[in-house]
Amino acid sequence: MAKMKGATVVDIERCKGCRLCVVACPLNVLALTTKNVNQKGYNYAEAVKEDTCTGCSSCAIVCPDGCITVYRKKEE
Amino acid sequence: MAENEITLMKGNEAIAHAAIRCGCDGYFGYPITPQSEVLETLAEQKPWETTGMVVVQAESEVSSINMVYGGACTGKRVMTSSSSPGVSLMQEGISYLAGAELPALVVNVQRGGPGLGTIQPSQADYFQTVKGGGHGDYRLITLAPASVQEMADFVDLAFELAFRYRNPAMILSDGAIGQMMEKVVLPPFKPRRTEEQIAKECPWATIGRKGGRKPNIITSLELRSEEMEINNLRIQAKYREIEKKEIRFEEYKTDDAEYLIVAFGSAARIAKKVIAIAREQGIKVGLLRPITLWPFPSAKIAELGQRMKGILTLEINAGQMVEDVRLAVECKVPVQYFGRLGGIIPEPEEVVEVLKKMVK
Amino acid sequence: MTREEIIREENLVYKKPELLNDVPMHYCPGCSHGVVHKLISEVIAEMGLQEKSIGISPVGCAVFAYKYIDIDWQEAAHGRAPALATAVKRLLPDRLVFTYQGDGDLACIGTGETIHALNRGENITIIFINNAIYGMTGGQMAPTTLLGMKTVTCPYGRDPKLHGYPLKMTEIAATLEGTCYVTRQSVQNVASILKAKRAIRKAFEYSMQGKGSNLVEIVSTCNTNWKMTPEKANQWMEENMFPYYQLGDLKDNGNK
Repeated sequence: MAKMKGATVVDIERCKGCRLCVVACPLNVLALTTKNVNQKGYNYAEAVKEDTCTGCSSCAIVCPDGCITVYRKKEE
Repeated sequence: MAENEITLMKGNEAIAHAAIRCGCDGYFGYPITPQSEVLETLAEQKPWETTGMVVVQAESEVSSINMVYGGACTGKRVMTSSSSPGVSLMQEGISYLAGAELPALVVNVQRGGPGLGTIQPSQADYFQTVKGGGHGDYRLITLAPASVQEMADFVDLAFELAFRYRNPAMILSDGAIGQMMEKVVLPPFKPRRTEEQIAKECPWATIGRKGGRKPNIITSLELRSEEMEINNLRIQAKYREIEKKEIRFEEYKTDDAEYLIVAFGSAARIAKKVIAIAREQGIKVGLLRPITLWPFPSAKIAELGQRMKGILTLEINAGQMVEDVRLAVECKVPVQYFGRLGGIIPEPEEVVEVLKKMVK
Repeated sequence: MTREEIIREENLVYKKPELLNDVPMHYCPGCSHGVVHKLISEVIAEMGLQEKSIGISPVGCAVFAYKYIDIDWQEAAHGRAPALATAVKRLLPDRLVFTYQGDGDLACIGTGETIHALNRGENITIIFINNAIYGMTGGQMAPTTLLGMKTVTCPYGRDPKLHGYPLKMTEIAATLEGTCYVTRQSVQNVASILKAKRAIRKAFEYSMQGKGSNLVEIVSTCNTNWKMTPEKANQWMEENMFPYYQLGDLKDNGNK
């Protein structure tokens, strides 16, 4: 079976750092920043293990603020 | 009923027939004496089968006025009617209508209070109506009918004014006019406006953002004080315009009058009888009947006051409009009040006695 | 495969719903409202009802719902949204008319309007966010606050002797002849979110088909006033709210 490769784009300024996406990701792709904050002062979500992302969209579905865009491509 | 046919009916029935005839889209009401015939007549007439007018018996006056609010948001001609205690319950909704600048009609067929009070006629809701019974700075365009004919005629007029200024309008009637039967010529039929007409005339209406237009949002909420002050100032400017353009009154035998009665609604009818008796006894007295209670005919009263020896307000309450009359003449003329309470209608003879004492 | 190769329009699988406006929502981080707003936005777009929808927002945290979903909105007085919806749907029967209300708005001050609109079988949908607390005013006891649960107006826990019992409005709604579809859902994970979306879609469809009134309760969190992290709030909800507010369809007469 072909493997799916995914990628996430986080709207950093929209993110409130609630961490629900981090919890929802089955592959621990996402984490909250520890140092960096956005304009509102929130730590925001970022992909720390993007290689493992399959583009399942769990993170984006649970995101209450619609901050995450997900792309998915079949590995050739 | 044929056009221009004279019929005999109650004031409350006239309101219902006039609503159907003036293209009203929706009535939302709750039973309360002495106005229940409005809803009863509409239910009997079944306008939903003819003009398509919606009639809903709500679960409360609170719900009625909020149905009116929802309906008014869609740019439709919507109304409710009630009597004093019910209108008290509606005050929050009326304030919201004024705050969101929505056109709607509320009819108050007043009964005596305070509290559950009596089911007999009264004019004790004058303050509530013209001073703003609900919260915040707002005004209601208020028409005070003195006959069943005016009950019929003022429905369309109230809607016209409400839509012209995007403000709720009130017909402030009372149990006497609501319940009494009189001859009336009902207004001619006017079709309900089509959706296209509404979309054109009320571009603010929340009817679905057809054609991909920007969403319409109707709210009275604005948390930013600066913006809320702007909203208030805009509404106040509108009120000043209404005060300039929409004052209505009736003058009766004022040409040679030395004394003036100021009275509205049922009390004005009694005043006419008082004037007939008083004039037989040599007292030159006339009547100024405010038809709009807000905007109030202050300038007219001030003008008439200049050539009067005294002014008497005749009210079926404990003396409410008298305050506005005194303000109008800036206390340059003696202003007295006479009225009866608890649902008792003043007798012309007792009013004549008051006039006689004024003349002495 | 590089990131650039994946991030291409043709590979897009999820993005913020088009009807959800770009303006940031005022809700607290992790608030359930945002998820439900997204679902409503998605369902309206999928049903092609962008130009036929009229939403009615409550008083409470969701008062500004009108800023976030790109349709016509009316903002109601506290508790009165079902009365507004009644009039709008009666006057414009071919529109999608829905209210969006919290537990204080729907189950306390607006109990009368809610029950009577549902009982009249108005062809509307009521979306009911039940997080067992007053959010906007700062965490006071709600009609749906659980027994023993602490709020700022029952700081020692809800005591039935003092405060009565948590109200199950959805169970009441299911007994009313006028209701067509009554369901209780949640949005704490992917599976529940997808289920909740199907429920909203069904309710909107029944509303448009004129099958009666529809109530979709979403058992939700208020992590701020519950004084928990969003993650902990979801767990607390599963452990404490779900046993009392059991999930699932209570009534579905849509195909009868």
